[in-house]
Amino acid sequence: MAHEKKQLLRRLESAKELNRFMADYYYELNEAAISGKQKIAWCTSVGPAELLRGLGYLIYFPETHAAMLGATRMATDLIPTASAMGYSPEICSYLTADIGAFVKGITPLSTAFKGIASVPKPDVLVYNTNQCRDVLDWFNWYGDKFNVPVIGIQSHRSVGEITDSHIASITSQIENLVAPLEELAGRKLDMDAFQQAVTLSRECSDLWAKCLATASAKPAPLTFFDATTLMGPAVVGRGTLKAVKTYQLLLEELEERVDAGEGALVGEEKYRLYWDGMPVWGRLGMHSKMFAELNVNVIASTYCSSWIFSTLNPSDPFKSMAQAYTELFITRNDAYKERYIQTKLDLFGCDGILYHNARTCPNNTNCLYGMPQRLFAKTDIPFVTMDGDLNDLRCLSDEQTKTNIEAFIEQLEEMK
Amino acid sequence: MSKAYSTDKLIYGGVDVGASHTKVALIDTAGHLCGHGVRKSGVNFSATAEMCLADALQMADCTTNQVAHTVSTGYGRQNVTYATESRTEIGCHAKSCYFYFPEAITVIDIGGQDNKIIKLDPHGRRISFKMNRKCAAGTGAFLEEMATRLDIPLSDMDGLARKSTETVNIGSYCTVFSATEVLKYVRQGKKVEDIIKGLFVSVIRRVLEMDALTEKVVMTGGVVAHNPYFIDLSEEQIGRGIWTPPLPQLAGAIGAALYAKANQTSDNE
Repeated sequence: MAHEKKQLLRRLESAKELNRFMADYYYELNEAAISGKQKIAWCTSVGPAELLRGLGYLIYFPETHAAMLGATRMATDLIPTASAMGYSPEICSYLTADIGAFVKGITPLSTAFKGIASVPKPDVLVYNTNQCRDVLDWFNWYGDKFNVPVIGIQSHRSVGEITDSHIASITSQIENLVAPLEELAGRKLDMDAFQQAVTLSRECSDLWAKCLATASAKPAPLTFFDATTLMGPAVVGRGTLKAVKTYQLLLEELEERVDAGEGALVGEEKYRLYWDGMPVWGRLGMHSKMFAELNVNVIASTYCSSWIFSTLNPSDPFKSMAQAYTELFITRNDAYKERYIQTKLDLFGCDGILYHNARTCPNNTNCLYGMPQRLFAKTDIPFVTMDGDLNDLRCLSDEQTKTNIEAFIEQLEEMK
Repeated sequence: MSKAYSTDKLIYGGVDVGASHTKVALIDTAGHLCGHGVRKSGVNFSATAEMCLADALQMADCTTNQVAHTVSTGYGRQNVTYATESRTEIGCHAKSCYFYFPEAITVIDIGGQDNKIIKLDPHGRRISFKMNRKCAAGTGAFLEEMATRLDIPLSDMDGLARKSTETVNIGSYCTVFSATEVLKYVRQGKKVEDIIKGLFVSVIRRVLEMDALTEKVVMTGGVVAHNPYFIDLSEEQIGRGIWTPPLPQLAGAIGAALYAKANQTSDNE
């Protein structure tokens, strides 16, 4: 008789709808790339997507593709190809995995979506350095490869208080993208379509924020590991009605769970953790199971909240985009980041914080400049740091991670 | 070790299957160590744990039937077939050190594969802990590698380091880079004793930079057990005294045995 596996986590029915969304999204891009009927822009994950929609572009996000390389555990074998070309294994493993995959002619899209042979060829690459400088290096490589323009926005870093000059500089940079994008698209910016995209992007963002906020319920109806995949439409589909509808369904199901007092964990939710930093894409399943077995739910994160843009305003699209893309967590100084995390800890009732020290992503790693110790002094909420990486599995030890996490939970038990 | 324990007494077992060595400790109901066994972990953790238990039982003059409960710890903790529960080595080292030093302490464990710094409050509760980063620098594995490169037995390192008259500086984070530094000193004709002392100091510095030491410091692990000069050098580095439990290499196993005893006797100190 087959050994019956104990169910640790409750699946979300609406996740199927999100999977369908992602399939439709990639098939549409593939069709456009083959037919040439619609222009394709490659865009960084928090690039000016709404503007691109206003100009009629379909948008492809290399960061999402790179995360797929991580989640399918293809990345580690592809990174050395980029390293041999001069891209250090110490830099962004999204970049190295993605370029390595391209050079080798490999994409996880082929396995996930039958009939798709390759990533869609771009007509233009549009970046925003609000994530990091690596995205620019990444896009420049593709710009050269495809012989297409690379244009974008240079964002401010370590922003404390956001001033008018911050907003003015980003606003003008977004406005300056219009002319070259119009020329490439062969059409003028449709202000109605642009404003509609901003409206839908804001709706998508608000719904996604509400979905994440349901995790403040005890027990929480979703886990961080669920959220890392459920956030797909918030990244690639913002500015579209389909993304809005998808999150309406998800929110409905999450609220039903909350009303029923049903948590994402089948067992008791004894401890609630906050995750800071990137997920380890190749270990999503392993990590979610490991925490569930310990009766721990990782309920909130900085990462999944990074696609919430609450200041988007269709009546002032350029300026509100500048505001939304400047007030992101990743572009802010540590004082802001500490206040932000402290607020989340309170809101979600967290018992501890896990800081992921992602070897190749210092911009999304917040445990390198004394923040854990400062936040502990302020909150008395214990923390643990985990060495790892978003994509490069050579940078982590599963055994050490397991011991680290188990010891941390033992510590929480002792402190109870 | 005395064998003065009655055979009808209940005892508690702790097994620490480390990357380098497996340790078994047996304690009586008062928490006193009555038997122990240490062997290289090898490639069959279950078998090694069994053999260590047999050694420990023989020393304690006890039989398996007298072992009321056993807790396992260490990297191979899931491979111990006779243990009914497992705990992390961080918890076990903390438990053991607090047993010997019941006050606020900082525990430094230098193991074969990794290092830990664990801080305990006056009640023995863990406030925080840190494990070393992914490299081997600062671990027993680093010293093993260097002993091989210098072509000297690991067991001679402590004695040789004590004879040093000049400390050479080995500053790299990386084991490979450190090996290059060692080669440079060999080329320069530096004495092996001085190079080994330099290696010891290098390990200590790697460990001390992991965390601030705020309370009384207790050191455990096989490295300090076999190289007591480490304690002297560590004291020099931090400028104050360092304590060790009676058998530092057994700290994890004793902690596991204390957990076994606590679970059976509602003894949660």
